[in-house]
Amino acid sequence: MKEGIFLVHLILFEKKFNMKDKFYRNIKNPGILWALFIVLFFGCNNMESINKELYKVPDEKEGNKKTEKAIEYAVEAPPFSDGIFPCTDCHANFPPKPERRELVEWHDDISAIFDHDSENRWCLDCHDLNNRDSLKLASGKLLDFKESYKLCGQCHGEKLRDWKVGVHGKRTGEWNGRKEYLLCVHCHNPHSPKFEELKPEPPPVRQEDIK
Amino acid sequence: MKKENSRRSFIKNISLATFSALALSGCDMKAFDAFLQKNFKTLSKNEKDSIIKNLEIKYKEKYGKEFHVSDKPAIEGTLFGYALDLSKCVGCRRCVYACVKENNLSRDPQIHYIEVLQMEKEKGIDFAHSTAQYNPEKVPEKGYFYVPVQCQQCRKPQCVTVCPVKATWQEPDGIVVVDYNWCIGCRYCMAACPYGARHFNWGEPDVPAEELNTEMHYLGNRPRMKGVVEKCTFCIQRAREGKYPACVEICPVGARKFGNLLDPDSEIRYILENKRVLVLKQELNFQPKFYYFFGS
Repeated sequence: MKEGIFLVHLILFEKKFNMKDKFYRNIKNPGILWALFIVLFFGCNNMESINKELYKVPDEKEGNKKTEKAIEYAVEAPPFSDGIFPCTDCHANFPPKPERRELVEWHDDISAIFDHDSENRWCLDCHDLNNRDSLKLASGKLLDFKESYKLCGQCHGEKLRDWKVGVHGKRTGEWNGRKEYLLCVHCHNPHSPKFEELKPEPPPVRQEDIK
Repeated sequence: MKKENSRRSFIKNISLATFSALALSGCDMKAFDAFLQKNFKTLSKNEKDSIIKNLEIKYKEKYGKEFHVSDKPAIEGTLFGYALDLSKCVGCRRCVYACVKENNLSRDPQIHYIEVLQMEKEKGIDFAHSTAQYNPEKVPEKGYFYVPVQCQQCRKPQCVTVCPVKATWQEPDGIVVVDYNWCIGCRYCMAACPYGARHFNWGEPDVPAEELNTEMHYLGNRPRMKGVVEKCTFCIQRAREGKYPACVEICPVGARKFGNLLDPDSEIRYILENKRVLVLKQELNFQPKFYYFFGS
């Protein structure tokens, strides 16, 4: 490219000296136009090679290298509200009542917020009637509270699939090593799973407000 | 009387003035060295080490804290990619301020690497009708969705092409970085970037000393000077240590995903293969490594 520019200068300059102020007449001379064309043409070719050098980035198809198998760690299940677990502490004293009803004396806080297909479901669709310290799958199989994600996955299979590969939900730690993931119930209240609205952080300063 | 205005006398005077100015200014050898420092890419290992040592001493004197400045090169076999779930982002701007803190961004004059744009669901992705100034009590607002925009880490970065001094380049792991010492502040790169991802230090950057992040990378979050351009580096100081960028870690809805595009088992590759993915301003063919997708 540099040589090209130099060549143009040389040609124009020489002609300029010959013709003095009537320099522009020379444009009529096809020789100069040819020279310009050649210079531009080769100049562009050179530019391309420079660009190639600039974009030296590994090719995805070529590379395809695997980083070390990621190790995943579940974080602890979120803590229960104070003094609520084990459930059998209280429930052992009550006879189990399997019929659906509005809760008034106990757990009224939960019934107040309950919004999880509340038309069709209630406590005993997920909690077990006889073993209060366990969750229950639709099949009747008992489930520890630590594995609650399996219960969620009964209906939200697509979410469970995405969560397992780290696309739904949040992972922290190392992108190529130790990762921690959160359980469904860390972010979603199981009794009212819709995400709560947040207060946004302040907007950026407007350009016109910069003093 | 004839005035002596010859070229000879001019050169004589100017050189005298320069030397005396140098002597009088009492500038130490370190400042002189920094002035004569070469482009980062051409430095030898020894030169880098001594520059970094000097920087750490300088920062300690200035801020009264221990700093660690890294010059860790790219990890072999990595090409960083980023994906953002547009169906999840609620526009809370937590990422914006986590980034400010992690990367020691100037508080005043304010620099943000991430700009969260609020767009109308009816209009789709439409920059002309978007705003970054939304400020309701609670987000997300009904009828709107949010598109956070930061450096898209293009595979064909035109900010790099236009730089007249080669002060910015793409690293082997795909991160576009700036050598702040080499940047002349011409801002061509800002004009070339269609995403508004590059930011200029119009004033002396102001970061409270107690809020400074002491883990630094030479090409990343070390304190910038007035008159240089800076940009998002996927938190190079974190990414090259194997950690997720700060914006990924803070996101309360888990909308941000980061990983190695060359690793077929990575989250990012799963997204590219299984989700509906888009890039911003695809028609420009800059080929960003920052993808937007719809997770649900």
